[in-house]
Amino acid sequence: MSAEHEQHPLFMPVVFAGGLVFGFGLALSNMAQPEVVLSFLLFEDFGLLFVMFGAAVVTGVTFFGAIRFLDGAPLTGGRYERRLKTLDTNVVVGGGIFGVGWGLSGICPGAAYASIGIGNLPILYGIVGMFVGAYVQGYWRSSTPDAEPAAAKAD
Amino acid sequence: MILEAHALFLAILADPFPNGIAHYAAGGVLVGLGVAIIYLGTGRIAGASTFLESTLSYGSTLSRFQRYRPSRDWRVVFTLGIVIGAGVYAFTLGDGVWVTDVQPWRLFLGGVLVGIGTRVGKGCTSGHGVCGVGSASPASFVGVATFLLIAIGTAQLVQAVGVGI
Repeated sequence: MSAEHEQHPLFMPVVFAGGLVFGFGLALSNMAQPEVVLSFLLFEDFGLLFVMFGAAVVTGVTFFGAIRFLDGAPLTGGRYERRLKTLDTNVVVGGGIFGVGWGLSGICPGAAYASIGIGNLPILYGIVGMFVGAYVQGYWRSSTPDAEPAAAKAD
Repeated sequence: MILEAHALFLAILADPFPNGIAHYAAGGVLVGLGVAIIYLGTGRIAGASTFLESTLSYGSTLSRFQRYRPSRDWRVVFTLGIVIGAGVYAFTLGDGVWVTDVQPWRLFLGGVLVGIGTRVGKGCTSGHGVCGVGSASPASFVGVATFLLIAIGTAQLVQAVGVGI
């Protein structure tokens, strides 16, 4: 296995635990229900703002606190860094395409995975669609020159 | 736009939070906490949508997907955690199985556009919205503003032309 996490025994358990909490939170906030996301986009219920801000405050405090006060991640020795991407037209074009899809369906990737967990099997139409979309852009961008080789590490 | 502003005004006047805010805020804090657990332990920033491309690297040799090879295993584990975590909620505090009434074609077509858009735009609601905003990243502020506005416009338009959920 050529993976980057050359294998602290707790690496995968910690990732799994983080996923559990993340998914539990998505289900608790009803974001796993496309109808609830659509009701936000239709201005019927603004609760989604609290989900996003609540989450971003926690990550913000964690990221800036870790960078300021801690040396490196215990399970990998990796340095703590912020999630910074280059701001270019792709961000706007891609964000626009994402917005049309999100507004049409009420689903985004994390919430869609969580939706499987609450037994919402029709969400698989959406998840298959996401893989198709990711494949199409990857196919098409693999055949064009790559302007920013290492830009998209994690998101 | 005028129609939207009018609708927004009416909605805020009526009741902006018909279902309260507690479960929204608590759920959001847990979403952030999930990211924080992984970040503090491993230094990795876990957004949800890279999983799509990193998982495609198991079956495709395209360079676009192979670049995510180093992180693909843990991203599968993260996603499994999300599925099971949501299931734990549904079958403990929640109401058990829940199934959407949104039509399959909307889920599929929306999914295709979400899959293209999140990868071209370098992030989704968790990558830009939670991790990027938490990083005070200008690209993420622009990304979130873009997809929020376009999604609101799209949802209002779809409703206006009479496509029910």
